[in-house]
Amino acid sequence: MPTRSYTSRRELEEHSFHPAVTLLVPVAAIVLQALLPRPFPRFAIFDLPLLITIFFAVSRRSPIAGALTGAVIGILQDALTNQPIGVNGIAKTIIGYAAASIGLQIDVENLTTRVLMNFGFSVLNSLLLFLINRRLIGQPDFYLSWTHELLRAVANTLIAIPLFLFLDRAKRTE
Amino acid sequence: MESFFVRFKNPLMLVLLLLAQIIGLAVQVRRPTAPLAAASATPDAAPTSADPHSISLVRYWVDSVATPFERFFLGIGHNVRTGWSNYVDLRHTRQQNVALQQQLSDMRLQQAAIAQDALQGQRLQALLGFQQHYISRTVAAQVIGTSGSDLSHVLYINKGREDGLKPDQAVITPDGIVGKLRDVWDHTSQVLVINDQTSGAGVLLSSTRIRAILRGTSTGRIVINNLTSDSRIKSGETILTSGGDQVYPRGLPVGTIESIALDPDHQPYTTIHVRPAANLSQLEEVLIITATQPDLPLTAKQDLAVGAATAEEQAKAAAAHAAELKAIEDAKSAAQIVADRLPSLHDANTADASATTPDGKPADLTSPAQSNKVPRPLPAIHADRYSPGSTPPAADLTPGSSNPAPVATPHPTTPRIETPSTEIPKSDADPDNSAPVTKKPRPKPTTPTTETPADTQPAIPPPTGN
Repeated sequence: MPTRSYTSRRELEEHSFHPAVTLLVPVAAIVLQALLPRPFPRFAIFDLPLLITIFFAVSRRSPIAGALTGAVIGILQDALTNQPIGVNGIAKTIIGYAAASIGLQIDVENLTTRVLMNFGFSVLNSLLLFLINRRLIGQPDFYLSWTHELLRAVANTLIAIPLFLFLDRAKRTE
Repeated sequence: MESFFVRFKNPLMLVLLLLAQIIGLAVQVRRPTAPLAAASATPDAAPTSADPHSISLVRYWVDSVATPFERFFLGIGHNVRTGWSNYVDLRHTRQQNVALQQQLSDMRLQQAAIAQDALQGQRLQALLGFQQHYISRTVAAQVIGTSGSDLSHVLYINKGREDGLKPDQAVITPDGIVGKLRDVWDHTSQVLVINDQTSGAGVLLSSTRIRAILRGTSTGRIVINNLTSDSRIKSGETILTSGGDQVYPRGLPVGTIESIALDPDHQPYTTIHVRPAANLSQLEEVLIITATQPDLPLTAKQDLAVGAATAEEQAKAAAAHAAELKAIEDAKSAAQIVADRLPSLHDANTADASATTPDGKPADLTSPAQSNKVPRPLPAIHADRYSPGSTPPAADLTPGSSNPAPVATPHPTTPRIETPSTEIPKSDADPDNSAPVTKKPRPKPTTPTTETPADTQPAIPPPTGN
């Protein structure tokens, strides 16, 4: 009886999605991210586009697809802000690539894996945004409250678990 | 053997994507020299956008996709709230109406008080040739969305170019300023809020009149960081717009000073944190200033005239009341005035206040007999023959005899001291005295308030009259 491990055959399955899901879910995440902070200002701590990037990247298990998904979602997210377009694009391109690469190696459907992965990528996203604004764009007065960023990572992790369970229903196994 | 590109296709694709986005960033953040030169050459030209044309297109496309959903949900929420507030939740409406009317009356009185000062200020400004910009036209808009990121503080409103909006127009609320328009499309606009790190405004400290520059930070707070340490700047001071940035009219509320601290990275400058006057995190409706004028708008002039008229009526009413009081005062008769000024005969009678009966009990001044009693002068400390009551009656006097010794009038309250002494020539005792006269120590001054019997004749005839 083969023993289950992080590199078991089950975890190496690649999933695909219906084109409507591929198109509408990221748009819905961006619209909700722009809409909900108006009545609920605290909602701005969440980053739904980041969670969608991670989900699609680990589901497809293709670094190129993950990078492209992250780039597109990041650019769409930048278009609604007053930041230069490409700040979130660069950050989510890197995260999409990294998430897909990790998805190739380990079981990403495990609850513990999902918690650690979402927390880690949320912190990585904050770090990348800091480096891009501070070093790439050259804003010396840009700084982040790292306590707030850790809280953001925890909040993203908490919302990612039920969101991933909901989106698992849209997977098509290849 | 795989080629290099096939073997490393994943990293190469990542590098390619990153490179493309970095080049895009570099294009956007380059210093905009050409658009500024064109704007300065043609002042009447429309304000240019903050982004290059291609980037504006991307923002326009994304905004076109996101805005319909935002308007849809806003409409649903608005209809539900309207239905609830206009039909269901009408409790306490009558009480609120009464309270609002009272508040309106109070505000009219306050307006009257400041109307005179405002008119005087207008006259002085006209004398000085001071150019002021007053808000003449505004457009109300509803906030339909945000940027979705707490690193970028922008709002989306449901009015655009079709409603007369242009970039760099000021956005305010009745509480204070909010920001300015950054991008304007046909039916939607993007507002850059003052607490965004790329935002700035020219401000003025209300009490010290120190000019400063207000900026936003990456954490969403607003600070003033171009002032050196000054003891006149204190927490709680109100910040107003200075009008120097040509965006916000002068005198609009911005916020209040929250804290003052030295900036360790930019000494000797201080970092002054400001609490915004408007609630920037929960904005529902805003006003966009679309036009200004050098003199007061017609409605403001009418309000000032109403306030001035109210103040004049109040002054007239106060003057009439004062004149009425003066007339009442003048109507007093001369006798009454004199009576008011002179001390009362009943009031100055301190002897009656300490009067006692022969039994040693305090006299009842409220009795009719006491109230009608003629006040008597205070007795002398050292009685002599001229002191009242010390002269014996005329019937007892013998013509040609020596001056009689003064008849001492013992103090009614002092106990009798019986001391052995030689008898002196008997003389008729003073009818007021019940004890035989004997030589005794100098008597204490008496306060003859005892009731005289009706059948005895007092030594001193009582004064007549009031």
